[in-house]
Amino acid sequence: MHDLVAITALGGVEPRVDTIGGVTCTEVPGVALASVAARIGQETKATKALAKLIGVPAPGIGQHAGDPVTAFWAGPDQWMIEAPFDTHEDLADQVKPALGDAASVTEQTDGWTRFDLSGDQIPAVLELLCTLDLRKIETGSVGRCSIHHIGCFVLCRSPDEYSIYGPRSSAGSLHHAIISALRSAL
Amino acid sequence: MTQNNRLSGGQIDRNTTVNFRFDNRSYTAHPGDTLASALLANDVRLIGRSFKYHRPRGLLTAGSEEPNGIVELRAGNRQEPNTRATTIEMFDGLEAQSQNCWPSLKFDALGVNDLFSNFLSAGFYYKTFMWPAAFWEKVYEPIIRRAAGLGSLSMEADPDEYDKGFRHCDLLIIGAGPSGLMAALTAGRAGADVILADEDFRFGGRLNSESFSVDDQSASDWAAQAVAELSSMPNVRLMTRTTVIGAFDHGIYGAVERTGDHVATLPAGKPRQILWRIYTKKALLCAGATERPIAFENNDRPGIMMASALRTYANRFAVTASQRVAIFTNNDDGHRTAADLHAKGVHICAVVDVREDAPVNYDYEVLRGAQVVNTKGRLGLTFVEVALPDGSTRTLECGALGVSGGWNPNVHLTCHQRGRPVWNDDLAAFVPGSNLPVGLTVAGAANGVMSTQGALQSGMDGAVEAMELSGKLPDLPEAEDAAVSQKPFWYVEGCKRAWLDQQNDVTVKDVKLSYQEGFRSVEHLKRYTTLGMATDQGKTSNISALAIMAEVAGKSIPETGTTIFRPPYTPVPISTFAGRMKGQEFHPTRLTPSHYWAKERGAVFVEVGNWLRAQWFPLPSETHWRESVDREVRQTRASVGVCDCTTLGKIDVQGTDAAAFLNRVYANGFAKLAVGKTRYGLMLREDGMAMDDGTAARLAEDHFVVTTTTANAVSVYRHMEFVRQCLFPDMDVQLISTTESWAQYAVAGPNSRKLLQKIVDPEFDISNEAFPFMGCGNITVCGGLRARLFRISFSGELAFEIAVPSRYGDALMRRLMTEGEEFGVVPYGTEALGVMRIEKGHAAGNELNGTTTALNLGMGKMVSKKKDSIGSILSEREALVEPDVLRMVGIKPVSSEEKITAGGHLMNSTGPVDAAHDQGYVTSAAYSPILNSSIGLGFLKDGANRMGEKMRLVSPLTDLTVEVEIVSAHFVDPEGDRLRA
Repeated sequence: MHDLVAITALGGVEPRVDTIGGVTCTEVPGVALASVAARIGQETKATKALAKLIGVPAPGIGQHAGDPVTAFWAGPDQWMIEAPFDTHEDLADQVKPALGDAASVTEQTDGWTRFDLSGDQIPAVLELLCTLDLRKIETGSVGRCSIHHIGCFVLCRSPDEYSIYGPRSSAGSLHHAIISALRSAL
Repeated sequence: MTQNNRLSGGQIDRNTTVNFRFDNRSYTAHPGDTLASALLANDVRLIGRSFKYHRPRGLLTAGSEEPNGIVELRAGNRQEPNTRATTIEMFDGLEAQSQNCWPSLKFDALGVNDLFSNFLSAGFYYKTFMWPAAFWEKVYEPIIRRAAGLGSLSMEADPDEYDKGFRHCDLLIIGAGPSGLMAALTAGRAGADVILADEDFRFGGRLNSESFSVDDQSASDWAAQAVAELSSMPNVRLMTRTTVIGAFDHGIYGAVERTGDHVATLPAGKPRQILWRIYTKKALLCAGATERPIAFENNDRPGIMMASALRTYANRFAVTASQRVAIFTNNDDGHRTAADLHAKGVHICAVVDVREDAPVNYDYEVLRGAQVVNTKGRLGLTFVEVALPDGSTRTLECGALGVSGGWNPNVHLTCHQRGRPVWNDDLAAFVPGSNLPVGLTVAGAANGVMSTQGALQSGMDGAVEAMELSGKLPDLPEAEDAAVSQKPFWYVEGCKRAWLDQQNDVTVKDVKLSYQEGFRSVEHLKRYTTLGMATDQGKTSNISALAIMAEVAGKSIPETGTTIFRPPYTPVPISTFAGRMKGQEFHPTRLTPSHYWAKERGAVFVEVGNWLRAQWFPLPSETHWRESVDREVRQTRASVGVCDCTTLGKIDVQGTDAAAFLNRVYANGFAKLAVGKTRYGLMLREDGMAMDDGTAARLAEDHFVVTTTTANAVSVYRHMEFVRQCLFPDMDVQLISTTESWAQYAVAGPNSRKLLQKIVDPEFDISNEAFPFMGCGNITVCGGLRARLFRISFSGELAFEIAVPSRYGDALMRRLMTEGEEFGVVPYGTEALGVMRIEKGHAAGNELNGTTTALNLGMGKMVSKKKDSIGSILSEREALVEPDVLRMVGIKPVSSEEKITAGGHLMNSTGPVDAAHDQGYVTSAAYSPILNSSIGLGFLKDGANRMGEKMRLVSPLTDLTVEVEIVSAHFVDPEGDRLRA
């Protein structure tokens, strides 16, 4: 076991939590990510293997599915797999054998920072941040969008719980944008 | 002061009195007022001075089309110039100042301009300030700018927040007058997802300004009832105080919501305004119409207003501009104003109607076939002179004159995508043409339907058509349905100074003069006279000017042309466009994994794209940046240094065709690169010029990691995706960025291996034999943390790059510093990195500048002839391979005291110094603490064959001439012994 201490994307040892106007924004470092991209001609095989891995059919366009190992759609025949960090730190190494030669798998854990929003007025916040058509976002939806000129994924876990993924290096700017929108909208 | 001009009724809250200040005097008003209505209530007619002649001006309208009543709103760093008093919602503590006057509004020194008006006609500036040319910038322009101009800027940063937001709907209804409300009711009851937006703080449009009924209630009550019903619908979003400013592509509309302009103090974090981008399936323009003036002599005195505005002030705001009012009209609408004001107890001096058959009301005098020919009153209207049909004149004593020349449909948004409105003879006005923005339709007065009943019907029809509704429709309420016909009457014959564009001081005479001087296209007329080019975009003047021009030309109006309206519909503060993207948040910032540690060390940071990188790490004893940089270079070359190079782009390339793919993307070969090896690669653009360089490490048969320069990380990834998806879609290759997944540090210097051996887990042998130059592999560090190690060198020293998951980057850097203490390890920044790569002769962004080829860079042989790759053919274009093409060389001063300057040009040691004799240029320069001399890299014609030649480095702009010697670009360790050690 190595002895290096991790820091969060915002630079803390503990994740940052802010509550404004009844919505809580929580930094979530405890997640491991791996990207899966089906190889040419292996799309069906990859989709089936993925379904087996997450225990439910592979999510389609704009969807996410699975628990505790989740997959969300990231592009044609491409998914991002997310799982609890504590049990899946080597997620890519766990996913690769499941997919075999049907897909390319890449560790993405520290490429991203995740902020979870919980509360009952999240759409009022999100409409200040991204162009997603929030009328069509429901539990299980995922959308790719730009927030404050930062490329992000927005996942709707339930009407009161959303996750935002953005690039780790821009965590500070993304957090600033989210907090500003919370203050503005609520 | 008391509100002498208050009438009964109105939609104001009389139970509450608020205080406001205008030009440092205190007044009272009521919630529901605008600044304009409150000023009129307090008998203030004089509001500002005109743009050019500094003539006293008051209010012309009661809406956003106002050209005259513009003020500076708020004070200090929140001061906003050029705001229209007619749209400023009253609140307690409101503060405004008149603008464009000095020393005071009532006595304005530059009013003298008005006396010289004969000299200040159209094109005055163009004709007058022509000579001498040199005077323009230094003398004339500053004088003109001081005299002219509208409001002033505080010159301080706006401290408030502004937001941007995004909304989607099935139907956007623009304007909440009778047609807009009816459309919203129709679509809303049918379940459609509707946004109803109106610039006013109270929905209802003209319904709030009229005294007639809708069904059996007052028009404003009907509007309030409709709004109440709409508010209860979850599928309808009401956006008050929201101006739809533009119709853009694909059904997207821009809208500015003024969320904080009507409160004295913004709560913390709340925006003053929000710029919304509204994505629509369909949009319905219900923008209504704007009343147009008639031009006559001295028609700009405070108190002369649009008749419909007088009606709005009376019915909605319970205010009259004066207790004695006259009306000048060419249509029935002017008579409505007279009747409404009369009913409220205001004395109607007379209604002057140009028509012989004007309707007569026996409660007050109607002068048929008469015209207003002049007015009097220095700071406000006192008398109106009327010419009667029998040739006699009559003087009316009045404080306000309502003018009505008919109504122009508000077609503005229909023009935003080059749509041209068409002329309607019955209305003598332009109505929307057929070439509308896709998905936009028009209803109500905006579409030329001028009666209230017609507007309600048209709104309902518009919603039905847009949403393709069927089944039972709402019952249409009953309202006035008077037939409207408008006979044109643009100006009173014989007038000299009759104002058309009151904001830019353009008269009927100016328009005629413009035509006479040959500016006969409408667009030329606009630019020559500046008509319609003020902040109101000529909403009350464009059509009249066009009509006058048509008359002078002896053509019809449609033959003469039309002007086109552009976004925004009304002025938008720049802050609103900026939103939250300002100051430090102007763009997102990217932080490296070692950022927090570097900050603790007191690093000086530099912006590289969006990244903040440590530039150097000063010690407390160091007073100049060069001391820090020289020390970092010396110590790295003497022992070991560590630099965060996470910012270099990393692209994960996998797939059975990964190697073949890289063989196409890179100019040099990659197919045969062994697993566990790294190779330097050069990418060309399709036109054969060098695009980017970096390395590709082969981690497995089907797995590479490509690195790019920091600057080109995004563009290279985009290029590779384009190649994958569009050029070679049959190749089995998958790409994904891993730039920030890994914290990557360069560990460079003769002791770098010794340092790394202290943290790399012992089962991994990193000796020169086991892990030679250009080796790579997956390893573990510090007791089992997964990591990647590459033996590559940018500095020219024995060097490695080590990568760990980013969250551990901070800890790894601290560990390297601790473990390196025994070697005197130094962190080094981008400056030392730059010095060392120049010493080593490595090309970087300065050399890969988009104009250079592999041959220029001394890498011509890298472009493989054994295979096809992007850009390889075009890199052989004749002009790119001539014998004397530019070659990358090293440059050093003959005297080590002298300095090499990047950007300087190379000239032969004798001969002229000019562009024709240019031999090349310097791209990078630095002081080398190893050579104790300034050195540089650059490009020189036939440079490879000119080693040792003495030349002049010149920079004529900075008067620089330095004698230099051309040398090899590899200043340090040209044989590469160190990096293979």
